[in-house]
Amino acid sequence: MEKIFFRAESLYDVSTHYCPGCGHGIAHRLVAEVIDELGVREKTIGIAPVGCAVVAYDYWNFDCSEAAHGRALAVATAIKRVHPQNVVFTYQGDGDLAAIGTNETIHAANRGENLTVVFINNAVYGMTGGQMAPTTLLGQKTSTSIEGRQKEKHGYPLKISEMLALLPGVTYVERVSLQSPQEVLKAKRAIKQAFENQINNLGFSLVEVLSPCPTYWGQSPKEALDWIRDVMQKEFPLGRIK
Amino acid sequence: MAKIVINQQRCKGCFLCVNFCPKGLIKKSRKLNKRGLNFAEFDPSGGCIGCAMCAVICPDCCIEVYK
Ligand SMILES: Cc1ncc(C[n+]2csc(CCOP(=O)(O)OP(=O)(O)O)c2C)c(N)n1
Ligand code: SF4
Ligand SMILES: [Mg+2]
Repeated sequence: MEKIFFRAESLYDVSTHYCPGCGHGIAHRLVAEVIDELGVREKTIGIAPVGCAVVAYDYWNFDCSEAAHGRALAVATAIKRVHPQNVVFTYQGDGDLAAIGTNETIHAANRGENLTVVFINNAVYGMTGGQMAPTTLLGQKTSTSIEGRQKEKHGYPLKISEMLALLPGVTYVERVSLQSPQEVLKAKRAIKQAFENQINNLGFSLVEVLSPCPTYWGQSPKEALDWIRDVMQKEFPLGRIK
Repeated sequence: MAKIVINQQRCKGCFLCVNFCPKGLIKKSRKLNKRGLNFAEFDPSGGCIGCAMCAVICPDCCIEVYK
């Protein structure tokens, strides 16, 4: 018998600190598999976010840097400009990319930096206790919207991927989901495309990944995946945005 | 013939693999692992098609697939 599914070399053989059923583990693995398949492990530099994935560099077997909260794309810009031959990407949550770092995100995209972004949308601030994020759905209960998000008080779920797609500097934007094995495989193809674009000097590429946070959604791991399919994907439709 | 090997000590017991095995060959263990959790257990008696759906959805990369 031949081993047909195994751990990527780019993923250290260690246990993660993520909650059972958390999507970060799947997304980390997809990035690692793509880096291996593209044969760029020795020249990849990842930028870890602030959020639950803050220690992603302990899980990925390639060079990484940490960035202050929300500033991943500013740090990535500097690294890529100094080392244009390297493959540089950021991995950021919704609080990181779409709230605390909105400024850095928009301007890096608008400059058309030749970077890859893996954007993990789990509709909450996971690390700090499940507070409302810009991407929290209307009606969704969080620790700071205990009666559910209300448009009158909190505004609407922010579709930052669609907003970024409007910018001429942006090459590729796709929204994917970790809702089932089939969707995970599609997510991997999109992440691969986003890395290939950078390698081919095509410019700013972003993949938004709808990712479960069972802990702060108050759901079992399987319920969280079903909620992505039945609720989250209605507000954040999947597919190529640009 | 195909089979999977589950890293039972690393398994966090999310049981997503149990939900997505099209042949229903994975179940929750009765024993506990070192973490004190029930883990995913594979039924090796036959029927695995090596589709790797369990491994693709596992958030902890606990599953290897052989075919
Ligand atoms: C400037 C700044 N503001 C606030 C914080 C506190 N903080 C740390 S993680 C986090 C939320 C992260 O949420 P998200 O980016 O969605 O990541 P997740 O944990 O959901 O993956 C916040 C507010 C911080 N570290 N720095
Ligand atoms: S709090 Fe949510 S995002 Fe953070 S590790 Fe747990 S499930 Fe994952
Ligand atoms: Mg988040």
